[in-house]
Amino acid sequence: MAAATALLNLKKDFPLLVNEPTLVYLDSASTALKPRAVIEAVEEYYTNYSANVHRGLYDLSERATAAYEGAREKVRTFIHAGSSREIIFTSGTTASINLVALSWGRSMLKRDDEIILSILDHHSNIVPWQLLAKDIGCKLKFIDCDSKGRLKLDQLSKLLSRRTKLIALSHVSNALGTINQLTTLTQKAHAIGAKVLIDAAQSVPHMPLNVEHLNCDFLAFSGHKLGGPTGIGVLYAKEELLKQMPPVFGGGDMIREVHTDHSSWNDLPWKFEAGTPPIAQAIGLGAAIDYYAKIGMSKVRAHEHALTEYALKKLAELPGLTIYGPADAAEQSGVISFTLEGVHPHDISSLLNEEKIAIRAGHHCCMPLMDRLKIPATARVSFGVYNSTEDIDRLIEGLKKVQKIFKV
Amino acid sequence: MDIYRDTIIELYKTPLNKRRIEEADITHSGANVTCGDRVRIYLKLDKAGSEGVIGDASFEGEGCAISIAMASLLTEELKGVRVDEVLKWDQETLFDLLGTEVGATRIKCALLPLETIQKGLTGAA
Repeated sequence: MAAATALLNLKKDFPLLVNEPTLVYLDSASTALKPRAVIEAVEEYYTNYSANVHRGLYDLSERATAAYEGAREKVRTFIHAGSSREIIFTSGTTASINLVALSWGRSMLKRDDEIILSILDHHSNIVPWQLLAKDIGCKLKFIDCDSKGRLKLDQLSKLLSRRTKLIALSHVSNALGTINQLTTLTQKAHAIGAKVLIDAAQSVPHMPLNVEHLNCDFLAFSGHKLGGPTGIGVLYAKEELLKQMPPVFGGGDMIREVHTDHSSWNDLPWKFEAGTPPIAQAIGLGAAIDYYAKIGMSKVRAHEHALTEYALKKLAELPGLTIYGPADAAEQSGVISFTLEGVHPHDISSLLNEEKIAIRAGHHCCMPLMDRLKIPATARVSFGVYNSTEDIDRLIEGLKKVQKIFKV
Repeated sequence: MDIYRDTIIELYKTPLNKRRIEEADITHSGANVTCGDRVRIYLKLDKAGSEGVIGDASFEGEGCAISIAMASLLTEELKGVRVDEVLKWDQETLFDLLGTEVGATRIKCALLPLETIQKGLTGAA
């Protein structure tokens, strides 16, 4: 069995689980539950200092600005960025990737330039590039995966060309949990002058991450998958790139001076943050980062590794169950995709819901991957710091009940 | 959940009218992209147009228990019914056929076969 010592016991920190003690929540890859500290930080802002930032010449606004910019500094430390000028607050991973496509993509890429993506990617790292390709005439190429959902990185040399300007791909597959090894890929990209964007929506909340070690040019993630509020996300980008990039949204806060015939832009990172930002959400994200940093991301990974190992073993014992993905806890995060012979994933999910077990069923915003694996949908369980082996035992009992109802 | 009664599971495992009608007057396909449910319906009319009566109905496709059982029940119920009557069928008709209501999370699964049939009929009428 998994090393029991690696397992955390944190359910008590999550009010939703305290209020719903019989709930088994196995959909953290979709959104994570919020620790009490996050809810309290948001409430504290709205209750005691809900002023705007960067503007007011009074104490409340000063406090709000300090908290908002303090959250940015927490993000910087958490992902080991060199400067807080490299941390842009957005509404989420999707907005971060779109921002790169609209700003860097439109200003730096030309017709027939090439972008390499992967078949594992979420629609949010495919569609923004398709829109860009339609707009400026650049080309998209895809790195394939094997039958275990592992990227065929040996294909990279064939895909790279002097026209390659960007490789954009997910760090961890949201549908299968595959952890992609990106160091060599980044070196190869940089050797030919291409940039690298990492969709880290599924890795930042689950493992230690260091943007300087990854040496990526752009990295995007969402606050809500890390236990923060919805509506807040981060774009990390190297400062030299952000300096060259034009703003995408115009408005308050992103300007230095506005005249009727021209305007000039604010310093980084505010050049990319037009309008009143998601202040409470950023402060909540800061509290989430404090919570996870206190646990330690190595311990978070060890906990989820132990749960994944336990779950993979238990799931494999069920007849007719097929796991999609590496099926190896060392190669995947706490995400397991599977099908059950004779039962559609949506029926699995509906029946587990009757047992108060929340899982995801569908294509997981990865339709190209589902086509590649030749399946219409999978059932997916995904873990967070608040899950336990008892949750997985309940899942297995639930799945046995599904099989009994469907007589398979 | 009431929907997963033995009769529904049986219709999912051994559906009624899951076949192709070679001389169909109307064929139409529909899909719930988010779920991966796909259905293709075949209708044979005794008389053409909105005055017509459905002589035979069948379907092909893949999907969850609710969509497949619903397609089975609907194609069975359609036989001998006038086209203009079928066009009036709605969610309530489906709940009557199923013998239970379907909640918001799964209503699209239950609606897919009827919507596909009605689109096929209005397209052809």
